Amino acid sequence: MSRRWGIRLLWLLVPVSAAVLAVGISSIVLLSIDASPVDAFRSMVRYGTQGNSFASMINRAVPLFVAGLAVAIGFKMNLFNIGVEGQYRIATLLAAAAGAAITLPAPLHIAFIMLVGMAVGAAWASIAAVLKVKRGVHEVVSTIMLNSIATGLGAYLLANYLRKPAVGSELLIATPPIAPSGRLGPITQIGGEDLRSFLLIAIALGVGVFVLIWRTRFGYDLRASGINPDAARVSGVDPNAMVIRTMLISGAIAGLIGMSDLFGFFHAYTLDFPTGLGFDGIAVALVGLNHPVGIALAALVFGWVDRAAQILDLEGIPKEVIVITKGVIILSVVIAYEIVRRLVQSAEVKAAAEATRRLEEEKEAVPA
Amino acid sequence: MSWGGLDTAGITAPPAQARRLDTRRILLLLGCVVVLLSVVRIVTDTAGLTSSGTYGAALRLAVPILLAALGGIYAERTGVANIGLEGMMILGTWFGAWGGWQFGAWWGVVLGITGGATGALIHAIATVSFGVNQIVSGVAINILAAGVARFLSVVAFTGQGGGATQSPQVTSELPRFTMPFLAGGDLFGWRSPDVLGWLERRRWFLVSDVSAMFRGFTLELSILTVMTLTLVPLTYLFLWRTRLGLRMRSAGENPWAAESLGVRVYTMKYVGVLISGGLAGMAGAFLVLEAAGIYREGQTGGRGFIGLAAMIFGNWRPTGAAAAAGLFGYADALNLRSPEAVHALVLFVAISLLALGGYYAYRRRVVGASIALALGALAAVWFGVTETVPREFIFITPYVATLLVLAVASQRLRMPTYDGVTFRKGEQIS
Repeated sequence: MSRRWGIRLLWLLVPVSAAVLAVGISSIVLLSIDASPVDAFRSMVRYGTQGNSFASMINRAVPLFVAGLAVAIGFKMNLFNIGVEGQYRIATLLAAAAGAAITLPAPLHIAFIMLVGMAVGAAWASIAAVLKVKRGVHEVVSTIMLNSIATGLGAYLLANYLRKPAVGSELLIATPPIAPSGRLGPITQIGGEDLRSFLLIAIALGVGVFVLIWRTRFGYDLRASGINPDAARVSGVDPNAMVIRTMLISGAIAGLIGMSDLFGFFHAYTLDFPTGLGFDGIAVALVGLNHPVGIALAALVFGWVDRAAQILDLEGIPKEVIVITKGVIILSVVIAYEIVRRLVQSAEVKAAAEATRRLEEEKEAVPA
Repeated sequence: MSWGGLDTAGITAPPAQARRLDTRRILLLLGCVVVLLSVVRIVTDTAGLTSSGTYGAALRLAVPILLAALGGIYAERTGVANIGLEGMMILGTWFGAWGGWQFGAWWGVVLGITGGATGALIHAIATVSFGVNQIVSGVAINILAAGVARFLSVVAFTGQGGGATQSPQVTSELPRFTMPFLAGGDLFGWRSPDVLGWLERRRWFLVSDVSAMFRGFTLELSILTVMTLTLVPLTYLFLWRTRLGLRMRSAGENPWAAESLGVRVYTMKYVGVLISGGLAGMAGAFLVLEAAGIYREGQTGGRGFIGLAAMIFGNWRPTGAAAAAGLFGYADALNLRSPEAVHALVLFVAISLLALGGYYAYRRRVVGASIALALGALAAVWFGVTETVPREFIFITPYVATLLVLAVASQRLRMPTYDGVTFRKGEQIS
């Protein structure tokens, strides 16, 4: 028993070493530009623990969390959906346009917009899935290409078909605004900052993903395909069907990444919509070790760092230092994870050998 | 498990050798393309389609793509997938600009290469030494590189005539070279006649178009362009005709067999990845020093990824990658210089597809023939009913083309067998 706990404690090394390295390297970077790391961290903590920072952290974390879930589902079966970025962009654009085109009673309107987003995200992801299953095109290559195609296609659709007619000299390129029935007010305000209510939907989504992956037959097949594809195939799992289904689910979740901002802030798709969330989602999924709870924690950490860094500019320190911090966190987590995985593996092998040896000894002891 | 092309490709026999493109076929095909372009130029009356300016721009736009593609070849031939090319190119732009601004253009090139190689070193340490998944590490490097460039810009450029997203103007320039007699370059201070330019201005069928092409390739050449073009045959000779090249490729084809024969697989992979990053960094330096004269955030515009596409398109070979990069560069150049020429290009595509359909029909390949003919007819209709082609469509052309090639011809592509697979010394194939 104690040995198993010892092995589990090894996993703690991953976040700890990442945190130590991130703080260490950020400090070196800060020192290199003659800034005091202690002062910087102190003011970040002071600013980051205010009430409005709390709300802001969560608002920033929610899209990251959803993006992390979308990526993690693929990762669970060794499917690299690098295309979350493109799926998210094209889905948000079309969902915003569809939501603005009609008016429905409030809950239906929200559900309709979310459904459109999920359907578009899934459809865009299905291209990569079909190419992989039918033509053997690896999903990393196809989703990278599809990301760029989504950017170009989205810009084309927005500029030519989905754009709100310009009023006067207004230059904003955006879809028409969604009617109030298709918006979500804040749950509450903390320190003057809205706490957006999409948080609740995101939490439900996280629970749903957990149940799907760890408590259903489908999730079992999915994890089995990831850990040992050959064994899964032999036990009757159709790998092609798994690829298609997983990719569709991943794309559908990717279609929801922009919803928090859409319902709670922008109410239309504009060129100001955050980009790069799909790639941040990869980072969050990696740091969160592909588990919903881990992803939530990672998203909160990233959200907090983003928010708390805003103060640095006032201290005369370029806040861009945190992008390096985040990069270091990602790299050190993946490296530490790989090292610990090997350690755990060899520890488990040793434990199994030990157990077998004891069994053999007992067997020999019985006749005597 | 391989990460591009067919999963089943590889260990078994290489794909059908029956109709491989040998030199004669390539030349024949190229000749057809040149004639057809000339015809389309005259029919649609768009000089921009084959002007020397267009060809020159195509070459300039193709260089960074080609460098990235060559970089991809070096890494992937040693079995390391390099999604981080984009990030390494970003580092190349930043360090290229900083070096060019501080010490002069040549230092910009050197530092750009060094910057890209630094990113590659991280990739190599993570993937080769620690066995981290190569895609994961590449994504992380792209994120990290963007952050580093942003941070360094704030530190180095703010208040110096630049800012968080751009550098001061890099005034130092690299030497340029114009071929004497052909394109009117100087010869010992004497200005030679511009023979090709004279021919181009005559607007004769075929003659002028070919002259324009050669003039575009010999006029105002950047020294970096010349270096990049020589890298294509050099890469081939190095990887396929030297001992080190063979060892590097063996690390990508079968690292376990290579290890058993005494090849230092880790070292080979390090070398491949470092060269890869250096070339991506050089692409970044080229963008700064030759294309823009300044570092701007987002300047790479996904060219690292297009380079990856060109590498796949070119079947992980330098000549193929050069052809793909040239194609993508040409499409870019048309888009940049004359939108009406892009429209004329649709007619070119339509005729090509119809000809391909006819060829397939002649060889009794019903499915191929009907698809090609249908697409050709579609393109012809598109050309007939529209006046212009949206810019966004040209932007996505390389990506769509790559997806189509992968979807249609993935059986013919032959990637390194153990590309993208983590190799651990002493462990057997997982």
